[in-house]
Amino acid sequence: MTSELFGNLAIFVLSLLVGFEVISKIPTTLHTPMMSGANAIHGVVFAGAIAIASVANSPVSYVLTFVAAALAAANVCGGYVVTDRMLRMFSRPKQPSIPTTPKDPS
Amino acid sequence: MTTFAFVIGLAYLVAATLFVLGLHQMRAPSTARRGNLTSVLGMAIAIAATLVVALVTSGGSVWGWLALVLGAALGAVYGVVRARTVKMTDIPQLVSVFNAVGGGAAAAVAFVDFVLYRSATPLSLTSSIPIVLDVLIGSVTFSGSLIAAGKLQGVIPGRPITFPGSRVVNLAVVLVAVGAAVLTVIFGHSILLLIIVLIAALVFGILMVLPIGGADAPVIVSLLNAFTGLAVAMAGFAIDNQALIIAGALVGAAGTILTLQMAKAMNRSVANVILGGFGTGDAPVTSALAQDLTGVRQLTADDIAVQLAYAQRVLIVPGFGLASAQAQHEVAELAKLLLDHHVDVKYAIHPVAGRMPGHMNVLLAEANVPYDQMLQLDEANAAFDNCDVALVVGANDVCNPMARQKGNPVSGMPILDVDHAKSIVVVKRSMSPGYAGIANPLFTDPRTGMFFADAKQGLAAILAATKDYVTA
Repeated sequence: MTSELFGNLAIFVLSLLVGFEVISKIPTTLHTPMMSGANAIHGVVFAGAIAIASVANSPVSYVLTFVAAALAAANVCGGYVVTDRMLRMFSRPKQPSIPTTPKDPS
Repeated sequence: MTTFAFVIGLAYLVAATLFVLGLHQMRAPSTARRGNLTSVLGMAIAIAATLVVALVTSGGSVWGWLALVLGAALGAVYGVVRARTVKMTDIPQLVSVFNAVGGGAAAAVAFVDFVLYRSATPLSLTSSIPIVLDVLIGSVTFSGSLIAAGKLQGVIPGRPITFPGSRVVNLAVVLVAVGAAVLTVIFGHSILLLIIVLIAALVFGILMVLPIGGADAPVIVSLLNAFTGLAVAMAGFAIDNQALIIAGALVGAAGTILTLQMAKAMNRSVANVILGGFGTGDAPVTSALAQDLTGVRQLTADDIAVQLAYAQRVLIVPGFGLASAQAQHEVAELAKLLLDHHVDVKYAIHPVAGRMPGHMNVLLAEANVPYDQMLQLDEANAAFDNCDVALVVGANDVCNPMARQKGNPVSGMPILDVDHAKSIVVVKRSMSPGYAGIANPLFTDPRTGMFFADAKQGLAAILAATKDYVTA
């Protein structure tokens, strides 16, 4: 148990350091999509919802599983879709012409 | 370690690597989209591996799985619909909402974990501490982010909301939350105590964000984003899932860096943002006619058109006013017209232009402005010295030369050196000060001409006048 905890703590601290290192190199131009993309990454908590769904055994735990799954799915799906929508506008080939009507993929 | 555990561990490692690679690819606009897709792949692997573990090791009841599938379907539909329909000006609110649901999900996961395992034996400290921290942080993030989103959206007044004795109430709520948290850890099995932690944390989240002014809301959104990362990492400790720990830590780091950078660009400390109500987010617009206009040179759209058409190099300084008037398409069209007329046009973008860092870049990208025309602070300041006309649209504090002097609210704030340009044109609704609440000497500079108008209508008028001029 203790060695397991130590392993997890080490992973946690090293990940924080990697995070600082990688993210401090992202230019301000991309900070909004980066924040939105990082936001989507914490939607990985959906894995936590799966873990509790597999052991849920009471009405309370079923309801909370439903709540956790709904919130986490909104986080992960919405987060990635909106980030992609923003980044698609950045990676668009340079086109000299500007459409007269606002272009919106939705 | 069994082979199965090894393979699953490997899958988490691959997922974590893809998250890091994805963020790494976000350092250039050309690869950023691929970076996001890399991150999606990592997510798919992490979720698939967890699903396999859950199916193989415990099985669970039909009701549990049904709750998961129904919840996931509902959440996914809501998330995708909001993501596809949101206006680009409303991105900060949406980020805040997605942050809230992430924190809420993390708190819910920890809560269920506690409910399921406390009955057998009192929980060991190694699981009860992360669970309690997760409920605490996750709940604060959930309610706090929703309030912040409400402020950004204007559903909740942007002015700082305080009441007599609010500091005392805040302190009491924190003490209740922390006290109940400590007791939960000590006793290890009381659901009642954990419910008290949950409620006190939710109340604290609301009380923490209400006194924060609308102008500072983006800083708080970013800080809460870091919190959610930590809550998710704690959930990972609680259920012993490394994918959650790594992803949570990465997001925690991202949120922390952005919070610090944003506070620096706004010339505030993070503590100052949290403690002091500052900035209203919806400053009253005084009529341009009713105010003191001594020393102000007013221009017409035609005057500006002539200046722009004869300039060689123009720098456009878009500010919050442009974002709130949704004038990004008008400004892009004007720039295009001038570029076709062989005027070199670029955009000088302050890190906090718009409503969150980088928000202005997104708005301009939406209007098809290529990213190589967007200059960051340092590049822009080098360009102002050779600039014929600086066209400031709806920006104020970010170009206030008072920042170079000591003893005022913007002292030391990194600014755009708009006053280095040969000639300056400011499109603004009135002379009213920005969030910092001080006058901007740039507006009364002899080289500056003011054009009092809403950003959208003002740019449309300048565009029409310029069109007449360059095509005539």
